[in-house]
Amino acid sequence: MRYFADVGALARKDLLLELRARDTLPAMLLFVVSTLVVFHFVLPADSSDLAATGLLWVALLFTALLGLSRSFAAEREQGVIDGLVLAPSDRSAIWLGKALAILAFLGLAEVIALPAYGLFFKPVDGALVAGVVLANVGIAAVGTLLAAMATASRARELLLPLLFLPLAIPIVIGGVGASVAGDPGRYLGLLGLYDALFAIICWASFEYVVTE
Amino acid sequence: MAAAIALVFFYAPLDEDGLNQKIFYFHVPIAFTAYASFAWGGWKALRHLWKRDENADLESYVAIHLGTIFGLLTLVTGSIWAKYRWGHWWVWSEDQLVLFLVLFLFYCAYFMLRYSLPPGPQRANMSAVYALFGVVLIPVSILAIRLSERFIHPVAFDRGGPNMAGSQFFTFCVCVVAWFAVAATLYQLELAGKRLDLRLRELREALQE
Repeated sequence: MRYFADVGALARKDLLLELRARDTLPAMLLFVVSTLVVFHFVLPADSSDLAATGLLWVALLFTALLGLSRSFAAEREQGVIDGLVLAPSDRSAIWLGKALAILAFLGLAEVIALPAYGLFFKPVDGALVAGVVLANVGIAAVGTLLAAMATASRARELLLPLLFLPLAIPIVIGGVGASVAGDPGRYLGLLGLYDALFAIICWASFEYVVTE
Repeated sequence: MAAAIALVFFYAPLDEDGLNQKIFYFHVPIAFTAYASFAWGGWKALRHLWKRDENADLESYVAIHLGTIFGLLTLVTGSIWAKYRWGHWWVWSEDQLVLFLVLFLFYCAYFMLRYSLPPGPQRANMSAVYALFGVVLIPVSILAIRLSERFIHPVAFDRGGPNMAGSQFFTFCVCVVAWFAVAATLYQLELAGKRLDLRLRELREALQE
């Protein structure tokens, strides 16, 4: 139970930091809404709603990238990560706490983004919401680990999309499939499988990313 | 290798595709070799993280480097095949090609990651973790791409065993063995070269002090 207390404390730290400084979440919200507006002009007038659904997923993915690239900023600039690694708790708690915070940011951004999409393009249905929720878990799990990697490298924010996008292709396939196909069950299953598999390896391997 | 090429051109019977079917004997074994290299790289990465094996980092890197080259060859031979068979250089409904494109992008990102980190234990760890991601990504991507695409690729292996004539299958096996041998030789050569390079650098540093 110590472990979950640590995770809770770390997640609360990130949420409090965001509440005080307010630099990531407003940026994500503004970005996702303005992307949707841009997409309205990208699509020709007679294009189908299916194209809009695909573009919604692009918008969500890039919004997530925007949030992820800032996620280890405090740790890097203030040297918090050294303190966290030295703290007497399991290192994977750092990953889990951070991933939960990212999940919260993503969820909040989508609370605005999905109604905006419903307003601009077409109504949101249950399968789309289920797909988005499952995709969030995968994005947060994989994205947090990759953000930690990218932070340690010279290229930093530049590297994160390169590392993340090839890994996000199954998420996109599952998400788009769940929101456009007649039988979303298989695609939701794929997303669930992806989440479970990658959450386990991220959880197990995070220690190696932050230590030497 | 020479024996394999000879078999491909003089022994294996033509099927309804005619001559361009021959590329099958290159395309598929190269793809297998690329998978094997990636798997070997992942295995070495696991050994690095698990057993703290210092040499495994370099071995994993060399295997993935080879795998990426073979992956590129698969893409090239695959699109030549697609051109003759379906009339386009690139066919999105071809699962294997799409999968190799994804893997190729993924492993290019691996090199970006590796070269933007300073050499040392942290770089070794991160490369190993990312290589492990690749091994998990392969089956997940296969599943995802199968779900997402119409299935028109000619399946050479199905549940009933190889879907080929005996002599074709024999030639195919020889080709697989030949490409594996080429990959293994290149792997040893590259590894020896890298080790020599490392040793030389150490010696040079020792001399300067």
